[in-house]
Amino acid sequence: MDLFVFLIAGAFSIVGALGLVLARNPVHSALMLVMALFSIAVLFLNQDAQFLAAVQVVVYAGAIVVLFLFVIMLLGVDQSDDLKIEPIAGQRPVAAVVGLGVLALSVIFVAVSVDGGATGAESVTAPKVDSITAVEQSATSLLTDDQEFGGEIVPNIDQLGRVLFTDYVFAFEITGLLLTIAVVGAVMLSRRPKGELAAMPVRTELDPLVIPGRRTKSAVAADATDDADPAAEETAGDS
Amino acid sequence: MELTSTWYLVLAAILFAIGAVGLLVRRNPLVMFMCVELMLNAVNLTFVAFGAELNDLGGEISVFFVLVVAAAEVVVGLAIIVAIMRRRTGVNADDISVLRG
Repeated sequence: MDLFVFLIAGAFSIVGALGLVLARNPVHSALMLVMALFSIAVLFLNQDAQFLAAVQVVVYAGAIVVLFLFVIMLLGVDQSDDLKIEPIAGQRPVAAVVGLGVLALSVIFVAVSVDGGATGAESVTAPKVDSITAVEQSATSLLTDDQEFGGEIVPNIDQLGRVLFTDYVFAFEITGLLLTIAVVGAVMLSRRPKGELAAMPVRTELDPLVIPGRRTKSAVAADATDDADPAAEETAGDS
Repeated sequence: MELTSTWYLVLAAILFAIGAVGLLVRRNPLVMFMCVELMLNAVNLTFVAFGAELNDLGGEISVFFVLVVAAAEVVVGLAIIVAIMRRRTGVNADDISVLRG
């Protein structure tokens, strides 16, 4: 049964991941990402991580992807990202080699480390007892093949909360600080500054990138061909 | 066949590789961000798989923290993208090669 669920959810997650990369429309990419994240939530559930499965659906599918969709809609759906054209020569082969390399290395490490059990010792600080979500015995009668821990059923979320607020409480506090900083940063970034905005430098074919205070190659070449008072140009460029 | 944690780890490796390739190939910063999220989720899957294998709650705790960091990262990253797009139209990672104040 577990294997069956794994195969179905794993296939869906891979399809979702491929769709995310290959879809031309960013909205389709976001929806494919939801599919992949949902399948991963099912895989979490398959591994007795019920709380994380719920959080995965709520936070990722419910908050993060909605935020993505919101920004996509705000900026307008941009379909100019065509996978057929290749802006940087040789990028695709390099990307394929890197991807295959990452995959091969990961699989080799898995094969080495998991052969005969994962590396590392069994936990003594935060052992995970067999978790059954329901507290009442009657509700767990369907899960009789799961063992109870010392005659006591401890839900996954109870264990997680106990460890989180004892052993990892300092990291938890820092997490709160991180979120606060992220909120402040987002507010600062989205604040509209006073006055007219300066246009960002754009690199185009006809008009090479010109940044104030920095000399481009083409400007140097133009100076060399014109030979029109290079010293004055130099000081103007450095200022 | 029995389902072992190796299956989960191999699946996570595949998802991570797909996300990495997408990050390298796509030009739209939003899609690149989504690929980063996919890679983070692949790593989460390995955390949970190892946690289940070693009977350790530390794996699930790590996933919890990764989730929080991913949320913070998405907030700041999307704010940066919106701030850039306010100045110029069109979304392409190649055009944002000059990030100055």
